[in-house]
Amino acid sequence: MGDPDLNPAEYDFIAARRRVEAKPKSAAEKLTSLEEAVGRVKDGDHLSVGGCLFSRTPLALVREVLRQRRRALTLSRNLTCTEGELLMAAGAVSRVVTAWMSIGLPWGVSKILRHYVETGAVALEEWSHLALGLRFRAGAMGVPFLPALTMLGSDLVGVGGLKTIQDPYTGETLAAVPALFPDVALIHVHRADVFGNCQIDGYPHMDADIARAATTVLVTTEEIVPEEETRRYPDRTVIPGLAVDALVHVPFGSFPHECYGLYEADYDHFAEYTAAIDARGPGAVGDYLERYVYGPPAWTDYLDLFGSERLALQAKRAKELTR
Amino acid sequence: MTRFNAAELLAVIAARQLRDDTAVFAGVGVPLLAAALAKRRHAPRLTMVIEGGIIGPQIAPGRLPVSTNEMRAAHRATMLPGITDAFLFAQRGFVDVGFMGGAQIDQYGNVNTSVLGPDYWHPKVRLPGTGGANDIASLCREVIIVTPHEKRRFVERVDFVTSPAWLRGDGTRRAAGLLFGGVSRVVTTLGILGFEPDSKRMRIEATHPGVTADVIRQNTGFALLEAAQIETTEPPSDDELEMLRSLDPERRFLG
Repeated sequence: MGDPDLNPAEYDFIAARRRVEAKPKSAAEKLTSLEEAVGRVKDGDHLSVGGCLFSRTPLALVREVLRQRRRALTLSRNLTCTEGELLMAAGAVSRVVTAWMSIGLPWGVSKILRHYVETGAVALEEWSHLALGLRFRAGAMGVPFLPALTMLGSDLVGVGGLKTIQDPYTGETLAAVPALFPDVALIHVHRADVFGNCQIDGYPHMDADIARAATTVLVTTEEIVPEEETRRYPDRTVIPGLAVDALVHVPFGSFPHECYGLYEADYDHFAEYTAAIDARGPGAVGDYLERYVYGPPAWTDYLDLFGSERLALQAKRAKELTR
Repeated sequence: MTRFNAAELLAVIAARQLRDDTAVFAGVGVPLLAAALAKRRHAPRLTMVIEGGIIGPQIAPGRLPVSTNEMRAAHRATMLPGITDAFLFAQRGFVDVGFMGGAQIDQYGNVNTSVLGPDYWHPKVRLPGTGGANDIASLCREVIIVTPHEKRRFVERVDFVTSPAWLRGDGTRRAAGLLFGGVSRVVTTLGILGFEPDSKRMRIEATHPGVTADVIRQNTGFALLEAAQIETTEPPSDDELEMLRSLDPERRFLG
Protein backbone atom coordinates (compact mmCIF):
# COMPACT_ATOMS: atom_id res chain seq x y z
CA MET A 1 0.00 0.00 0.00
CA GLY A 2 0.89 3.60 -0.13
CA ASP A 3 3.82 4.63 1.93
CA PRO A 4 5.22 8.15 1.75
CA ASP A 5 8.56 6.98 3.15
CA LEU A 6 11.24 5.79 0.78
CA ASN A 7 12.53 2.26 1.06
CA PRO A 8 16.13 2.91 2.25
CA ALA A 9 17.36 0.01 0.11
CA GLU A 10 16.52 2.10 -2.96
CA TYR A 11 18.98 4.87 -2.12
CA ASP A 12 21.56 3.08 0.08
CA PHE A 13 24.58 3.93 -2.06
CA ILE A 14 27.01 2.16 0.23
CA ALA A 15 25.22 -1.20 0.08
CA ALA A 16 24.67 -0.72 -3.67
CA ARG A 17 28.36 -0.15 -4.19
CA ARG A 18 29.23 -3.26 -2.15
CA ARG A 19 26.90 -5.33 -4.34
CA VAL A 20 28.66 -4.21 -7.51
CA GLU A 21 32.08 -4.73 -5.91
CA ALA A 22 31.07 -8.28 -5.00
CA LYS A 23 29.83 -9.33 -8.43
CA PRO A 24 32.04 -10.60 -11.26
CA LYS A 25 32.90 -7.92 -13.83
CA SER A 26 33.71 -10.46 -16.46
CA ALA A 27 34.73 -9.92 -20.07
CA ALA A 28 33.47 -13.44 -20.79
CA GLU A 29 30.70 -14.35 -23.22
CA LYS A 30 27.23 -13.54 -21.83
CA LEU A 31 24.98 -15.19 -24.39
CA THR A 32 22.24 -17.33 -22.92
CA SER A 33 18.51 -18.12 -23.17
CA LEU A 34 15.58 -16.01 -21.96
CA GLU A 35 14.71 -18.72 -19.42
CA GLU A 36 18.21 -18.82 -17.94
CA ALA A 37 18.63 -15.03 -17.95
CA VAL A 38 15.32 -14.32 -16.21
CA GLY A 39 15.98 -17.14 -13.70
CA ARG A 40 18.04 -14.49 -11.88
CA VAL A 41 14.88 -12.55 -10.96
CA LYS A 42 13.51 -13.33 -7.49
CA ASP A 43 10.10 -12.72 -5.95
CA GLY A 44 10.08 -9.29 -4.28
CA ASP A 45 12.79 -7.82 -6.53
CA HIS A 46 12.76 -4.24 -7.79
CA LEU A 47 12.85 -4.37 -11.61
CA SER A 48 13.71 -1.29 -13.67
CA VAL A 49 12.59 -1.60 -17.24
CA GLY A 50 14.47 0.21 -20.02
CA GLY A 51 13.04 2.02 -23.03
CA CYS A 52 10.14 4.39 -22.50
CA LEU A 53 6.39 3.89 -22.97
CA PHE A 54 6.06 1.83 -26.18
CA SER A 55 9.62 2.47 -27.31
CA ARG A 56 12.35 -0.20 -27.01
CA THR A 57 10.53 -1.98 -24.18
CA PRO A 58 12.29 -5.29 -23.33
CA LEU A 59 9.05 -7.20 -23.86
CA ALA A 60 10.69 -10.61 -24.40
CA LEU A 61 12.28 -10.30 -20.94
CA VAL A 62 9.04 -9.04 -19.37
CA ARG A 63 7.15 -11.93 -20.98
CA GLU A 64 9.62 -14.40 -19.47
CA VAL A 65 9.24 -12.78 -16.01
CA LEU A 66 5.50 -13.38 -16.37
CA ARG A 67 6.01 -16.97 -17.59
CA GLN A 68 8.17 -17.69 -14.53
CA ARG A 69 5.28 -16.40 -12.38
CA ARG A 70 7.33 -14.03 -10.22
CA ARG A 71 5.40 -12.24 -7.47
CA ALA A 72 5.53 -9.10 -5.26
CA LEU A 73 7.79 -7.26 -7.70
CA THR A 74 8.29 -3.51 -7.80
CA LEU A 75 8.38 -2.08 -11.32
CA SER A 76 10.05 1.23 -12.04
CA ARG A 77 9.80 2.84 -15.45
CA ASN A 78 9.42 6.47 -16.49
CA LEU A 79 6.40 6.04 -18.72
CA THR A 80 4.62 2.74 -18.16
CA CYS A 81 2.71 1.10 -20.99
CA THR A 82 1.18 -2.33 -21.76
CA GLU A 83 4.02 -4.17 -20.02
CA GLY A 84 2.91 -2.56 -16.74
CA GLU A 85 -0.70 -3.57 -17.40
CA LEU A 86 0.35 -7.19 -18.02
CA LEU A 87 2.44 -7.25 -14.84
CA MET A 88 -0.47 -5.80 -12.85
CA ALA A 89 -3.09 -8.14 -14.31
CA ALA A 90 -0.86 -11.20 -13.77
CA GLY A 91 -0.46 -10.30 -10.10
CA ALA A 92 3.30 -9.99 -10.55
CA VAL A 93 3.74 -6.42 -9.23
CA SER A 94 2.60 -4.88 -5.98
CA ARG A 95 4.14 -1.45 -6.56
CA VAL A 96 4.82 0.65 -9.64
CA VAL A 97 7.19 3.63 -9.55
CA THR A 98 6.52 5.84 -12.56
CA ALA A 99 5.79 9.31 -13.92
CA TRP A 100 2.87 8.27 -16.15
CA MET A 101 0.94 5.17 -17.08
CA SER A 102 -1.40 4.45 -20.02
CA ILE A 103 -0.66 3.54 -23.65
CA GLY A 104 -1.12 6.90 -25.34
CA LEU A 105 -3.65 9.64 -26.06
CA PRO A 106 -5.79 7.76 -28.65
CA TRP A 107 -6.44 4.92 -26.22
CA GLY A 108 -7.44 7.07 -23.24
CA VAL A 109 -6.72 6.62 -19.56
CA SER A 110 -5.68 3.03 -18.88
CA LYS A 111 -8.57 1.04 -17.44
CA ILE A 112 -6.07 -1.45 -16.04
CA LEU A 113 -4.22 1.32 -14.19
CA ARG A 114 -7.55 2.54 -12.86
CA HIS A 115 -8.76 -0.91 -11.80
CA TYR A 116 -5.64 -2.05 -9.94
CA VAL A 117 -4.74 1.29 -8.33
CA GLU A 118 -8.26 2.38 -7.39
CA THR A 119 -8.96 -1.00 -5.74
CA GLY A 120 -5.68 -0.75 -3.83
CA ALA A 121 -4.24 -3.95 -5.36
CA VAL A 122 -1.19 -2.04 -6.64
CA ALA A 123 0.43 1.07 -5.15
CA LEU A 124 1.44 3.68 -7.72
CA GLU A 125 4.30 5.89 -6.58
CA GLU A 126 4.60 8.92 -8.81
CA TRP A 127 7.75 10.94 -9.56
CA SER A 128 8.17 13.57 -12.23
CA HIS A 129 9.76 12.37 -15.48
CA LEU A 130 13.01 14.26 -14.80
CA ALA A 131 13.08 13.31 -11.11
CA LEU A 132 12.81 9.60 -11.93
CA GLY A 133 15.46 10.05 -14.62
CA LEU A 134 17.71 11.68 -12.01
CA ARG A 135 17.00 8.83 -9.58
CA PHE A 136 18.50 6.45 -12.14
CA ARG A 137 21.33 8.87 -12.88
CA ALA A 138 22.19 9.24 -9.18
CA GLY A 139 22.20 5.44 -9.02
CA ALA A 140 24.45 5.30 -12.08
CA MET A 141 26.80 7.79 -10.39
CA GLY A 142 26.86 5.88 -7.10
CA VAL A 143 25.71 8.89 -5.05
CA PRO A 144 22.73 9.00 -2.66
CA PHE A 145 20.94 11.93 -4.33
CA LEU A 146 21.20 14.67 -6.94
CA PRO A 147 20.08 18.28 -6.46
CA ALA A 148 17.42 19.52 -8.88
CA LEU A 149 14.97 22.39 -9.40
CA THR A 150 11.98 20.22 -10.24
CA MET A 151 9.04 18.71 -8.28
CA LEU A 152 9.33 21.47 -5.65
CA GLY A 153 6.10 22.92 -4.27
CA SER A 154 3.90 20.23 -5.85
CA ASP A 155 1.95 17.52 -4.08
CA LEU A 156 4.25 14.94 -5.71
CA VAL A 157 6.69 15.81 -2.91
CA GLY A 158 4.51 14.00 -0.41
CA VAL A 159 4.00 10.84 -2.51
CA GLY A 160 7.40 9.22 -2.81
CA GLY A 161 9.14 10.79 0.18
CA LEU A 162 11.20 13.41 -1.71
CA LYS A 163 13.17 15.65 0.64
CA THR A 164 14.59 19.11 0.05
CA ILE A 165 17.96 20.53 1.01
CA GLN A 166 19.37 23.99 1.38
CA ASP A 167 22.11 24.76 -1.13
CA PRO A 168 25.26 25.23 1.00
CA TYR A 169 26.48 27.94 -1.41
CA THR A 170 23.47 30.16 -2.24
CA GLY A 171 21.06 29.11 0.50
CA GLU A 172 18.30 28.27 -2.03
CA THR A 173 15.92 25.34 -1.54
CA LEU A 174 16.64 22.39 -3.83
CA ALA A 175 15.02 19.01 -4.40
CA ALA A 176 17.33 16.25 -3.17
CA VAL A 177 16.29 13.57 -5.65
CA PRO A 178 17.17 10.20 -4.11
CA ALA A 179 19.12 7.55 -6.01
CA LEU A 180 17.32 4.45 -7.18
CA PHE A 181 19.41 1.27 -7.16
CA PRO A 182 17.16 -1.46 -8.63
CA ASP A 183 17.86 -5.15 -8.11
CA VAL A 184 17.50 -5.98 -11.78
CA ALA A 185 17.58 -3.96 -15.02
CA LEU A 186 15.76 -5.31 -18.08
CA ILE A 187 17.11 -3.70 -21.26
CA HIS A 188 16.59 -4.14 -25.00
CA VAL A 189 19.24 -2.82 -27.42
CA HIS A 190 19.87 -2.71 -31.15
CA ARG A 191 23.16 -4.58 -31.18
CA ALA A 192 25.67 -6.24 -28.89
CA ASP A 193 28.66 -8.49 -29.24
CA VAL A 194 28.66 -11.81 -27.37
CA PHE A 195 30.49 -10.16 -24.47
CA GLY A 196 27.53 -7.85 -23.83
CA ASN A 197 28.95 -4.59 -25.15
CA CYS A 198 25.71 -2.87 -26.11
CA GLN A 199 24.87 -0.18 -28.66
CA ILE A 200 21.58 1.71 -29.06
CA ASP A 201 20.37 3.67 -32.09
CA GLY A 202 18.13 6.73 -31.88
CA TYR A 203 16.93 8.17 -28.61
CA PRO A 204 18.83 6.57 -25.72
CA HIS A 205 16.05 6.86 -23.12
CA MET A 206 17.52 6.03 -19.66
CA ASP A 207 18.91 2.59 -20.34
CA ALA A 208 22.56 3.41 -19.79
CA ASP A 209 21.82 4.96 -16.38
CA ILE A 210 19.50 2.11 -15.40
CA ALA A 211 22.14 -0.49 -16.33
CA ARG A 212 24.75 1.19 -14.12
CA ALA A 213 22.34 1.69 -11.24
CA ALA A 214 21.14 -1.93 -11.11
CA THR A 215 22.81 -4.86 -9.40
CA THR A 216 21.93 -7.39 -12.12
CA VAL A 217 21.64 -6.45 -15.81
CA LEU A 218 19.71 -8.61 -18.29
CA VAL A 219 19.86 -7.56 -21.94
CA THR A 220 18.12 -8.66 -25.13
CA THR A 221 19.50 -7.54 -28.48
CA GLU A 222 18.08 -7.31 -31.99
CA GLU A 223 21.43 -8.29 -33.46
CA ILE A 224 24.65 -10.00 -32.37
CA VAL A 225 27.65 -8.37 -34.02
CA PRO A 226 31.28 -9.53 -34.21
CA GLU A 227 33.63 -8.20 -31.55
CA GLU A 228 35.47 -6.41 -34.35
CA GLU A 229 32.34 -4.28 -34.99
CA THR A 230 32.35 -3.09 -31.34
CA ARG A 231 36.04 -2.27 -31.54
CA ARG A 232 35.55 -0.31 -34.77
CA TYR A 233 32.82 1.91 -33.20
CA PRO A 234 33.58 1.92 -29.45
CA ASP A 235 32.07 5.43 -29.13
CA ARG A 236 28.68 3.88 -29.89
CA THR A 237 28.82 1.50 -26.92
CA VAL A 238 26.55 2.73 -24.11
CA ILE A 239 26.58 -0.28 -21.80
CA PRO A 240 29.92 -2.07 -21.36
CA GLY A 241 30.06 -5.86 -21.27
CA LEU A 242 31.51 -5.79 -17.76
CA ALA A 243 28.18 -4.46 -16.46
CA VAL A 244 26.07 -7.10 -18.23
CA ASP A 245 25.10 -10.39 -16.56
CA ALA A 246 23.13 -12.07 -19.31
CA LEU A 247 22.54 -11.40 -23.00
CA VAL A 248 19.92 -12.97 -25.24
CA HIS A 249 19.58 -12.61 -29.01
CA VAL A 250 15.90 -11.70 -29.62
CA PRO A 251 14.98 -10.09 -32.97
CA PHE A 252 11.74 -8.07 -32.69
CA GLY A 253 12.32 -8.27 -28.92
CA SER A 254 10.10 -5.20 -28.27
CA PHE A 255 7.19 -6.01 -30.54
CA PRO A 256 4.41 -4.72 -30.67
CA HIS A 257 6.29 -1.80 -29.12
CA GLU A 258 8.79 -0.02 -31.39
CA CYS A 259 12.54 -0.23 -31.87
CA TYR A 260 14.04 2.93 -33.40
CA GLY A 261 14.79 2.52 -37.09
CA LEU A 262 13.84 -1.18 -37.10
CA TYR A 263 10.08 -1.40 -36.57
CA GLU A 264 7.28 1.00 -35.68
CA ALA A 265 4.84 0.31 -32.82
CA ASP A 266 1.72 -1.59 -33.86
CA TYR A 267 -1.08 0.92 -33.10
CA ASP A 268 -3.66 -1.54 -34.48
CA HIS A 269 -2.64 -4.11 -31.91
CA PHE A 270 -3.03 -1.53 -29.12
CA ALA A 271 -6.49 -0.71 -30.47
CA GLU A 272 -7.52 -4.40 -30.47
CA TYR A 273 -6.13 -4.86 -26.96
CA THR A 274 -7.94 -1.83 -25.53
CA ALA A 275 -11.16 -2.68 -27.42
CA ALA A 276 -11.22 -6.07 -25.67
CA ILE A 277 -10.79 -4.34 -22.29
CA ASP A 278 -13.52 -1.80 -23.16
CA ALA A 279 -15.86 -4.64 -24.11
CA ARG A 280 -15.14 -7.15 -21.36
CA GLY A 281 -13.42 -5.25 -18.55
CA PRO A 282 -10.03 -5.89 -16.92
CA GLY A 283 -10.56 -9.66 -17.21
CA ALA A 284 -9.79 -9.35 -20.93
CA VAL A 285 -6.12 -8.98 -20.01
CA GLY A 286 -6.26 -12.50 -18.51
CA ASP A 287 -7.23 -13.85 -21.93
CA TYR A 288 -4.47 -11.77 -23.53
CA LEU A 289 -1.94 -13.26 -21.09
CA GLU A 290 -3.06 -16.78 -22.00
CA ARG A 291 -2.85 -16.09 -25.72
CA TYR A 292 0.38 -14.06 -25.89
CA VAL A 293 2.35 -14.91 -22.74
CA TYR A 294 1.58 -18.30 -21.19
CA GLY A 295 0.53 -20.04 -24.44
CA PRO A 296 3.31 -19.64 -27.02
CA PRO A 297 6.42 -21.42 -25.67
CA ALA A 298 9.10 -19.39 -27.51
CA TRP A 299 9.35 -15.73 -28.54
CA THR A 300 9.28 -16.85 -32.18
CA ASP A 301 5.95 -18.61 -31.50
CA TYR A 302 4.71 -15.35 -29.98
CA LEU A 303 5.79 -13.38 -33.06
CA ASP A 304 3.93 -15.88 -35.27
CA LEU A 305 0.69 -14.61 -33.68
CA PHE A 306 1.37 -11.24 -35.32
CA GLY A 307 2.52 -12.79 -38.60
CA SER A 308 5.49 -12.01 -40.81
CA GLU A 309 3.52 -9.59 -43.00
CA ARG A 310 2.72 -7.35 -40.04
CA LEU A 311 6.33 -7.43 -38.86
CA ALA A 312 7.55 -6.54 -42.36
CA LEU A 313 5.06 -3.66 -42.64
CA GLN A 314 6.11 -2.19 -39.29
CA ALA A 315 9.77 -2.51 -40.35
CA LYS A 316 9.04 -0.64 -43.59
CA ARG A 317 7.24 2.12 -41.67
CA ALA A 318 10.23 2.55 -39.35
CA LYS A 319 12.60 2.94 -42.29
CA GLU A 320 10.38 5.62 -43.82
CA LEU A 321 10.54 7.64 -40.61
CA THR A 322 14.27 7.35 -39.96
CA ARG A 323 16.01 7.20 -43.33
CA MET B 1 -22.34 27.20 -39.08
CA THR B 2 -18.77 27.53 -37.82
CA ARG B 3 -15.78 27.21 -40.06
CA PHE B 4 -13.68 25.45 -37.45
CA ASN B 5 -14.07 23.16 -34.44
CA ALA B 6 -12.85 23.58 -30.86
CA ALA B 7 -9.56 21.73 -31.38
CA GLU B 8 -8.75 23.84 -34.44
CA LEU B 9 -9.53 27.05 -32.58
CA LEU B 10 -7.31 25.98 -29.67
CA ALA B 11 -4.41 25.03 -31.93
CA VAL B 12 -4.53 28.25 -33.95
CA ILE B 13 -4.80 30.57 -30.94
CA ALA B 14 -2.07 28.61 -29.14
CA ALA B 15 0.23 28.77 -32.18
CA ARG B 16 -0.03 32.57 -32.18
CA GLN B 17 1.40 32.69 -28.66
CA LEU B 18 4.78 31.40 -29.89
CA ARG B 19 7.44 33.83 -31.07
CA ASP B 20 10.25 33.29 -33.54
CA ASP B 21 13.79 32.59 -32.28
CA THR B 22 12.57 30.71 -29.23
CA ALA B 23 12.48 27.11 -28.00
CA VAL B 24 9.24 25.40 -26.99
CA PHE B 25 8.70 22.23 -24.97
CA ALA B 26 5.60 20.74 -26.60
CA GLY B 27 3.47 17.81 -25.49
CA VAL B 28 1.74 15.60 -28.07
CA GLY B 29 -1.71 16.42 -29.38
CA VAL B 30 -2.90 20.01 -29.78
CA PRO B 31 0.24 21.59 -28.22
CA LEU B 32 2.52 19.84 -30.76
CA LEU B 33 0.19 20.73 -33.65
CA ALA B 34 0.20 24.35 -32.48
CA ALA B 35 4.00 24.43 -32.32
CA ALA B 36 4.28 22.83 -35.76
CA LEU B 37 1.81 25.38 -37.15
CA ALA B 38 3.73 28.30 -35.61
CA LYS B 39 6.97 27.02 -37.11
CA ARG B 40 5.44 26.70 -40.58
CA ARG B 41 3.63 30.02 -40.44
CA HIS B 42 5.27 32.81 -38.46
CA ALA B 43 8.13 31.33 -36.45
CA PRO B 44 10.50 29.46 -38.82
CA ARG B 45 13.35 29.69 -36.31
CA LEU B 46 11.34 28.12 -33.50
CA THR B 47 12.92 24.95 -32.05
CA MET B 48 10.67 22.21 -30.72
CA VAL B 49 11.88 20.15 -27.78
CA ILE B 50 9.97 16.95 -27.04
CA GLU B 51 10.26 15.16 -23.73
CA GLY B 52 11.16 11.82 -25.30
CA GLY B 53 14.66 13.31 -25.54
CA ILE B 54 14.19 14.99 -28.92
CA ILE B 55 15.38 18.40 -30.14
CA GLY B 56 14.42 20.03 -33.44
CA PRO B 57 12.13 17.42 -35.05
CA GLN B 58 10.24 18.11 -38.28
CA ILE B 59 6.88 16.47 -37.82
CA ALA B 60 5.76 14.63 -40.96
CA PRO B 61 2.21 15.66 -41.97
CA GLY B 62 -0.15 12.70 -41.61
CA ARG B 63 2.26 10.87 -39.35
CA LEU B 64 1.73 12.75 -36.12
CA PRO B 65 3.12 11.07 -33.01
CA VAL B 66 0.69 9.88 -30.35
CA SER B 67 3.44 9.75 -27.73
CA THR B 68 6.56 11.78 -26.98
CA ASN B 69 8.80 8.72 -27.37
CA GLU B 70 8.48 7.37 -30.86
CA MET B 71 9.99 7.73 -34.30
CA ARG B 72 7.19 10.02 -35.47
CA ALA B 73 8.15 12.50 -32.72
CA ALA B 74 11.84 12.22 -33.63
CA HIS B 75 11.41 12.56 -37.40
CA ARG B 76 14.40 14.46 -38.85
CA ALA B 77 15.44 15.70 -35.38
CA THR B 78 18.70 17.60 -34.96
CA MET B 79 19.62 15.95 -31.64
CA LEU B 80 18.46 12.99 -29.55
CA PRO B 81 20.00 13.73 -26.15
CA GLY B 82 17.81 11.39 -24.08
CA ILE B 83 14.93 12.18 -21.78
CA THR B 84 16.83 13.24 -18.66
CA ASP B 85 19.06 15.56 -20.67
CA ALA B 86 16.15 17.07 -22.62
CA PHE B 87 14.70 18.21 -19.29
CA LEU B 88 18.10 19.36 -18.08
CA PHE B 89 18.21 21.75 -21.07
CA ALA B 90 15.02 23.25 -19.62
CA GLN B 91 16.51 23.36 -16.11
CA ARG B 92 19.50 25.20 -17.53
CA GLY B 93 17.18 27.85 -19.02
CA PHE B 94 17.26 26.95 -22.71
CA VAL B 95 13.50 26.45 -23.08
CA ASP B 96 11.42 29.62 -23.38
CA VAL B 97 7.92 28.19 -23.42
CA GLY B 98 6.34 25.05 -22.05
CA PHE B 99 3.15 24.08 -23.82
CA MET B 100 0.90 21.73 -21.88
CA GLY B 101 -2.68 20.52 -21.38
CA GLY B 102 -4.38 19.67 -18.11
CA ALA B 103 -7.20 17.58 -16.68
CA GLN B 104 -8.05 19.90 -13.80
CA ILE B 105 -6.80 23.47 -13.25
CA ASP B 106 -7.32 25.88 -10.36
CA GLN B 107 -7.49 29.67 -9.92
CA TYR B 108 -3.70 29.88 -9.48
CA GLY B 109 -3.01 27.81 -12.63
CA ASN B 110 -1.98 24.64 -10.78
CA VAL B 111 -2.77 21.51 -12.76
CA ASN B 112 -3.85 18.05 -11.63
CA THR B 113 -3.27 15.04 -13.87
CA SER B 114 -2.75 12.51 -11.07
CA VAL B 115 -5.83 11.61 -9.02
CA LEU B 116 -9.42 12.72 -8.49
CA GLY B 117 -10.58 12.51 -4.88
CA PRO B 118 -8.99 13.56 -1.61
CA ASP B 119 -6.80 10.48 -0.92
CA TYR B 120 -3.85 9.90 -3.28
CA TRP B 121 -3.44 6.27 -2.23
CA HIS B 122 -7.18 5.49 -2.55
CA PRO B 123 -8.20 7.65 -5.50
CA LYS B 124 -11.72 7.94 -6.82
CA VAL B 125 -10.19 8.15 -10.29
CA ARG B 126 -6.58 7.34 -11.04
CA LEU B 127 -5.33 9.49 -13.95
CA PRO B 128 -2.11 8.71 -15.90
CA GLY B 129 0.10 11.06 -13.85
CA THR B 130 2.58 13.87 -14.39
CA GLY B 131 4.79 12.50 -17.13
CA GLY B 132 6.94 15.54 -17.87
CA ALA B 133 4.23 18.09 -17.02
CA ASN B 134 5.57 18.78 -13.53
CA ASP B 135 9.05 19.37 -14.96
CA ILE B 136 7.78 21.63 -17.74
CA ALA B 137 5.78 23.63 -15.17
CA SER B 138 8.83 23.89 -12.90
CA LEU B 139 11.62 24.54 -15.38
CA CYS B 140 10.52 26.43 -18.51
CA ARG B 141 10.88 30.21 -18.59
CA GLU B 142 7.15 30.52 -19.18
CA VAL B 143 4.28 28.02 -19.37
CA ILE B 144 1.19 28.25 -21.54
CA ILE B 145 -1.66 25.85 -20.77
CA VAL B 146 -3.88 24.80 -23.67
CA THR B 147 -7.20 23.25 -22.65
CA PRO B 148 -10.90 22.97 -23.49
CA HIS B 149 -12.89 25.33 -21.26
CA GLU B 150 -15.24 23.24 -19.11
CA LYS B 151 -16.59 23.98 -15.64
CA ARG B 152 -15.53 20.55 -14.33
CA ARG B 153 -11.92 21.30 -15.35
CA PHE B 154 -11.75 24.83 -13.88
CA VAL B 155 -12.06 24.20 -10.14
CA GLU B 156 -11.34 26.43 -7.16
CA ARG B 157 -8.84 23.96 -5.72
CA VAL B 158 -7.35 20.99 -7.57
CA ASP B 159 -7.51 17.66 -5.73
CA PHE B 160 -3.75 17.27 -6.19
CA VAL B 161 -1.08 19.69 -7.46
CA THR B 162 0.72 17.64 -10.10
CA SER B 163 2.17 20.62 -11.96
CA PRO B 164 2.79 23.75 -9.90
CA ALA B 165 1.92 27.16 -11.27
CA TRP B 166 1.48 29.93 -8.69
CA LEU B 167 0.62 27.45 -5.86
CA ARG B 168 -1.49 29.64 -3.51
CA GLY B 169 -0.38 32.97 -5.01
CA ASP B 170 1.45 35.82 -3.25
CA GLY B 171 5.00 34.50 -3.61
CA THR B 172 4.30 30.91 -2.57
CA ARG B 173 5.89 29.62 -5.79
CA ARG B 174 9.16 31.41 -5.03
CA ALA B 175 9.05 30.31 -1.39
CA ALA B 176 8.81 26.65 -2.44
CA GLY B 177 12.11 26.99 -4.29
CA LEU B 178 10.63 27.41 -7.77
CA LEU B 179 12.83 30.32 -8.80
CA PHE B 180 11.92 30.52 -12.46
CA GLY B 181 8.96 30.47 -14.80
CA GLY B 182 5.33 29.93 -13.96
CA VAL B 183 2.12 29.85 -15.98
CA SER B 184 1.63 33.07 -17.96
CA ARG B 185 -1.50 32.24 -19.96
CA VAL B 186 -4.26 29.68 -20.26
CA VAL B 187 -5.55 29.37 -23.81
CA THR B 188 -9.01 27.84 -23.86
CA THR B 189 -11.87 27.23 -26.26
CA LEU B 190 -13.57 30.37 -24.89
CA GLY B 191 -10.73 32.86 -24.54
CA ILE B 192 -7.34 33.63 -23.07
CA LEU B 193 -6.82 33.84 -19.31
CA GLY B 194 -3.88 35.33 -17.49
CA PHE B 195 -2.92 36.07 -13.89
CA GLU B 196 -3.19 39.22 -11.82
CA PRO B 197 0.46 40.23 -11.23
CA ASP B 198 0.39 40.38 -7.41
CA SER B 199 -2.22 37.91 -6.19
CA LYS B 200 -1.55 35.53 -9.13
CA ARG B 201 -5.26 34.78 -9.35
CA MET B 202 -6.63 33.93 -12.77
CA ARG B 203 -8.23 36.71 -14.82
CA ILE B 204 -9.95 37.06 -18.18
CA GLU B 205 -7.67 38.76 -20.72
CA ALA B 206 -9.37 37.98 -24.02
CA THR B 207 -12.52 36.36 -25.35
CA HIS B 208 -12.93 34.55 -28.64
CA PRO B 209 -15.35 36.11 -31.16
CA GLY B 210 -18.97 35.59 -30.06
CA VAL B 211 -17.99 34.74 -26.48
CA THR B 212 -18.66 37.13 -23.60
CA ALA B 213 -16.86 37.39 -20.28
CA ASP B 214 -20.09 36.15 -18.68
CA VAL B 215 -19.98 32.94 -20.72
CA ILE B 216 -16.42 32.36 -19.53
CA ARG B 217 -17.54 32.92 -15.93
CA GLN B 218 -20.44 30.52 -16.30
CA ASN B 219 -18.02 27.84 -17.46
CA THR B 220 -15.54 28.38 -14.65
CA GLY B 221 -15.83 26.90 -11.15
CA PHE B 222 -14.31 29.89 -9.32
CA ALA B 223 -14.49 33.68 -9.38
CA LEU B 224 -12.39 35.15 -12.18
CA LEU B 225 -10.77 38.58 -12.12
CA GLU B 226 -10.72 40.74 -15.23
CA ALA B 227 -7.89 42.55 -16.98
CA ALA B 228 -8.34 46.35 -17.27
CA GLN B 229 -9.15 45.82 -20.93
CA ILE B 230 -10.54 42.57 -22.31
CA GLU B 231 -9.44 41.98 -25.90
CA THR B 232 -11.27 40.00 -28.55
CA THR B 233 -9.15 37.44 -30.41
CA GLU B 234 -9.04 37.32 -34.19
CA PRO B 235 -10.81 34.21 -35.47
CA PRO B 236 -8.64 31.59 -37.22
CA SER B 237 -7.96 32.65 -40.80
CA ASP B 238 -8.51 30.37 -43.80
CA ASP B 239 -4.78 30.33 -44.20
CA GLU B 240 -4.13 29.17 -40.64
CA LEU B 241 -6.84 26.53 -40.83
CA GLU B 242 -5.59 25.16 -44.13
CA MET B 243 -2.03 24.87 -42.87
CA LEU B 244 -3.18 23.27 -39.61
CA ARG B 245 -5.43 20.74 -41.37
CA SER B 246 -2.62 19.74 -43.70
CA LEU B 247 -0.61 18.65 -40.65
CA ASP B 248 -3.34 16.28 -39.43
CA PRO B 249 -5.15 14.95 -42.51
CA GLU B 250 -6.23 11.86 -40.56
CA ARG B 251 -7.77 14.24 -38.00
CA ARG B 252 -6.19 12.24 -35.21
CA PHE B 253 -6.10 15.27 -32.90
CA LEU B 254 -8.29 17.79 -34.72
CA GLY B 255 -11.35 15.59 -34.25
